[in-house]
Amino acid sequence: MSLRVVRAGLLTTLQDLGRYGLQHLGIVPCGAMDPVSHRMANLLVGNPVEAATIECTVLGPEFAVLRDGLFALYGAAFDAKLDGALFPLNRPVMIRSGAVLTIGKALRGARAYLAIAGGLRIPEVLGSRSTYLPAAFGGLGGRALKAGDVLEGPDDFTSLSKRRFAGFARKGVISTPHFESVRWAAPELTLPIGGAAVVRAMEGRHWDQFDTGSQAALFGESWKVSPDSNRMGYRLIGPRLTRAMAVEILSEPTCLGTVQVPNDGTPIVLMADHQTTGGYPKIAEVAGADIPALAQLAPGGSVRFVKATLEEAQAARRETRARFRQVGQSIAWELGKT
Amino acid sequence: MAPPLPRIVPLGDAAVLADFSDTLDLAVNARIQQLAEAIRRRQVPWIVDLVPALGSLALHFDPDRYDLQVPPLEAAAALVKECLGRKLPDLSELARTVEVPVCYDAEFGPDLAEVAERCKLGVEEAIRRHCASPHRVLMVGFAPGHPYIGGLDEKLSVPRRTTPRPKVIAGSIAIANTQSVVYPFTISGGWNVLGRTPLVIFDAGREWPALMAPGDRVKFRSIDREEFDRIALGPGKP
Repeated sequence: MSLRVVRAGLLTTLQDLGRYGLQHLGIVPCGAMDPVSHRMANLLVGNPVEAATIECTVLGPEFAVLRDGLFALYGAAFDAKLDGALFPLNRPVMIRSGAVLTIGKALRGARAYLAIAGGLRIPEVLGSRSTYLPAAFGGLGGRALKAGDVLEGPDDFTSLSKRRFAGFARKGVISTPHFESVRWAAPELTLPIGGAAVVRAMEGRHWDQFDTGSQAALFGESWKVSPDSNRMGYRLIGPRLTRAMAVEILSEPTCLGTVQVPNDGTPIVLMADHQTTGGYPKIAEVAGADIPALAQLAPGGSVRFVKATLEEAQAARRETRARFRQVGQSIAWELGKT
Repeated sequence: MAPPLPRIVPLGDAAVLADFSDTLDLAVNARIQQLAEAIRRRQVPWIVDLVPALGSLALHFDPDRYDLQVPPLEAAAALVKECLGRKLPDLSELARTVEVPVCYDAEFGPDLAEVAERCKLGVEEAIRRHCASPHRVLMVGFAPGHPYIGGLDEKLSVPRRTTPRPKVIAGSIAIANTQSVVYPFTISGGWNVLGRTPLVIFDAGREWPALMAPGDRVKFRSIDREEFDRIALGPGKP
């Protein structure tokens, strides 16, 4: 046993990079809402990026640590404590058995990922460990974590953790009565700077059906994330978007980042757990590179859309990937993997 | 004359849509299923998902694995054009036929009597026509394993209900316009519920998680309440 859930938090689920190849059966990839932060958390404990992590949302969980081991919490700036002392974010941390890790409120951003050395030991369902809440499968029994749940790491969790931490700590250790960590932290890659997230988006395939006022509003106004947003989609509060031509749309495939507009005129951005098909008009498509920034918005947060071309969106992906690779390499270098 | 090529349009920056038709046409949908199969057989490494829908086909690619010299939109367009230019796989030999036992008792099919009356048919005749229709899965979407099934007898065409039911039980078979659906989960729904199958439509723990896949033929078979219970409680059921 590695961890016991003391308090579940608002929405704490097990996630990885998702399940692919099944969208023709209505099964969406799912996976971490902010996949960049999920990957970073894994790298910070020396894991492959595919390993399952614990996705914490807005108000985090509390865990009793049952075995000595290496942990990393990366993503939103949560108010996290270990036995009441400040818990350092975005870096590898050795925690002793018996400690209590309390992940409180997200002070900036909405989601963070807790990774443990060697990854969480849970069975794959349809090729992934991600929890898909709408159909209740994957992760731990297809549901969010609850108090009393016990999560397992690998059998050699403690020895593996010590080996990896020794690599990370070559250039010095910060030692406190509660934990050991390193003198460096990984940079923040996905948190919005300042109040509102700025997200690039392309014209959707039904863009021309919307009236000019609605077209201007999408890219001109600031939108607020509605409280009834979830892992399936973000509902955005702002002006009503209307179509000049109300053409009936045959139900067709959707994708991560599709901005669809139901008849009530409130746009919805499709997120990790979205439906694979839908019959609502698509006014825009969020650039894949900016999905993590959107996933870091909590209800009440603001977002502005900036128009991008397909080429610009693809270039943004390349830039994001290059930046991630660069940071990933420097973490691997600290670990002594190179 | 060769059928026209679909319009290839981007769907975000990690997928493209081959858009064949704005309206439902069973022949066009059959061609979409064939194209999906043709692309699937090529095992293109940068395509992670192929989603045939009513009038279009989505090609989702893995942007991290995508490593071609040409932009993905062009690569996808070339792939679709090339597949359509060759002989498409004959699905009539490949398609599975899924038999779905349905109990059409009023308890399970609350809208059957009203549908029969609207269509000026007796209830027995409505059931007979629903079972005899050449059903085919056009698309699976909305929820895991949720099939949209075409081929409904024209005489059974009725619009959606004006007020959706707040709760349609998993396994319910419902119709609207020219299609049938089978609900894998208990959710709200606006289609006209004719009956219920004791089969489990979606189970992530099965080797074939979805009972019905795009392109499958579907044969509904009328069963009585006793058989429904026998199948529902049969071996392998919890």
